Amino acid sequence: MIEAVDVHYSYPSKVEALKGVSLSIRDGEFVAIMGQNGAGKSTFVKHFNGLLKPSYGTIKIDGVETTKCSVAALARNVGFVFQNPDHQLFSESVEEEIAFALKNFGFEQAVIEQRIDWALNLLSLTQYRKTSPFLLSGGERKRVALASVLAWDPKTLILDEPTIGQDHEQKEKLRQFIMQMQTQGKTVVTVTHDVEFVAECNPRVVIMKEGKILADGEGKEILTDPALLEVSSIVLPQVAQVFTRLSELGLPKDIIDIYEAKALLLKLRGERGL
Amino acid sequence: MAIIETKNLTYTYPGATKSSIENVSIKIEKGEFVLITGPSGCGKTTLCRTFNGLVPHFYQGEIKGEINVAGLNTLDKHTYEMAKHVGLVFQNPENQLFALSIEKDVAFGLENNGVSRVEMRKKVDWALNQTGIYDIRERSPHEISGGQQQRVAIASVLAMEPDIIVLDEPTSFLDPLSAEKIFEVIYKLNKEQGITVVLVEHRLDLTAKYTNHLIVMDRGMVRFEGDPRDVLSSDETRLIGVGIPKATLLYEMLKKEGLNLKGKIPLSSEELADQLLEALRR
Repeated sequence: MIEAVDVHYSYPSKVEALKGVSLSIRDGEFVAIMGQNGAGKSTFVKHFNGLLKPSYGTIKIDGVETTKCSVAALARNVGFVFQNPDHQLFSESVEEEIAFALKNFGFEQAVIEQRIDWALNLLSLTQYRKTSPFLLSGGERKRVALASVLAWDPKTLILDEPTIGQDHEQKEKLRQFIMQMQTQGKTVVTVTHDVEFVAECNPRVVIMKEGKILADGEGKEILTDPALLEVSSIVLPQVAQVFTRLSELGLPKDIIDIYEAKALLLKLRGERGL
Repeated sequence: MAIIETKNLTYTYPGATKSSIENVSIKIEKGEFVLITGPSGCGKTTLCRTFNGLVPHFYQGEIKGEINVAGLNTLDKHTYEMAKHVGLVFQNPENQLFALSIEKDVAFGLENNGVSRVEMRKKVDWALNQTGIYDIRERSPHEISGGQQQRVAIASVLAMEPDIIVLDEPTSFLDPLSAEKIFEVIYKLNKEQGITVVLVEHRLDLTAKYTNHLIVMDRGMVRFEGDPRDVLSSDETRLIGVGIPKATLLYEMLKKEGLNLKGKIPLSSEELADQLLEALRR
């Protein structure tokens, strides 16, 4: 459980990035935080593992204030995957990169081996086991960063722009993995600009703007609200764009799922005897 | 006339056991807007690095085959010579910007080439105007938004008046609206200034509509090439993991169910909506 109450944060440069953010995320929820560049999304989620501490207000993780814990203690429960993998990677091989945190957390060698195999396989990295992360492509490095965090199986996962540089197949795997985490009661919070990915996952969507929360609701409701999205610098998912145009045929506008779209259009054809 | 032509181009990074691109033969005509896509690690970025000679001159490694860009053999030319013809824009603009003001960043390449002050002013202003950042030219590139930063990176490349602009996932760090505006800027430069554009992208839902020449790479090789309407509606393309735009995908699904949609295969939601309105009103 993550509870943010009236969180303010100012960077040392005096720029006030968060201006009173309150949000609670229950265990097992999947939340996508969206909004314009500079809205404060990354700053906000960096509070969840104690990387940043509020200038005012409180953040509690499972009832404990982040100011009362070390980042190391929080990290065991809250795994954070950065937007830019190069801020995270430093080892000489992909395998060592994944092993690093596992060793730090004091896992036994046999468990470490097993977790490495599992993470490499999950993220299609097995062939790069002995390769230096710096010889890999941008998209692959991003997956190494993700693998190194998933390996220690944190209860809560924070993903900052996880789909950058990922092809469709990798995104689909990521989606399935997030769904699987949810069935295990784990929490996933992602910061993302990728509307099509969000439309496919249909999580709870929180929109931020200028250091505040502008909207909070179901993906289907938020991603089909053109006025809200426009002020947040987000475009409608393609399916929603199509249904906005089709509303004159008496079809609902709040459609983001392609299979639902197909079913509705075929039903309409049936009714009209086409 | 082809402005970029490669023949059986194969390249291996130093220390790598496998080639990153293999037997790539492509031809890009002057003034084209070309989109390159493919699964992550397929060699897209490496191929782009050959266009201005970064591969092999900077990255070293082993290269075989032929490559000709803007009439020059990049294997014989220095990267700084190629830079007059080919401008590169990367994913993360922060890696590319360094000066104290936006206009100084944009002027940097021209200063290095010894362009006169009057001429420089003219070219810099033109590039700032084309990318819509003239009004903020005196600000620091580090205090503006990511979308504006990417415009600065594009302006810096544009000021050199290159024949070709190569953009490697230029909007992945940007919010969707800023991304769309960047693509519009690039499209306008292509249409109005005739600059050849090579764009590397995964997100075809945002970009397929701008091109009629799509190259799909997989495991270092060119797998499909042609009109995106043909390439994206083929089952094989989907199978190698290319993200087909939702509008194209929905069209295919409805066609399979026998819905009578008229016109070309849609690449954007506007095109699909037009066809659906036409079909369902009939």
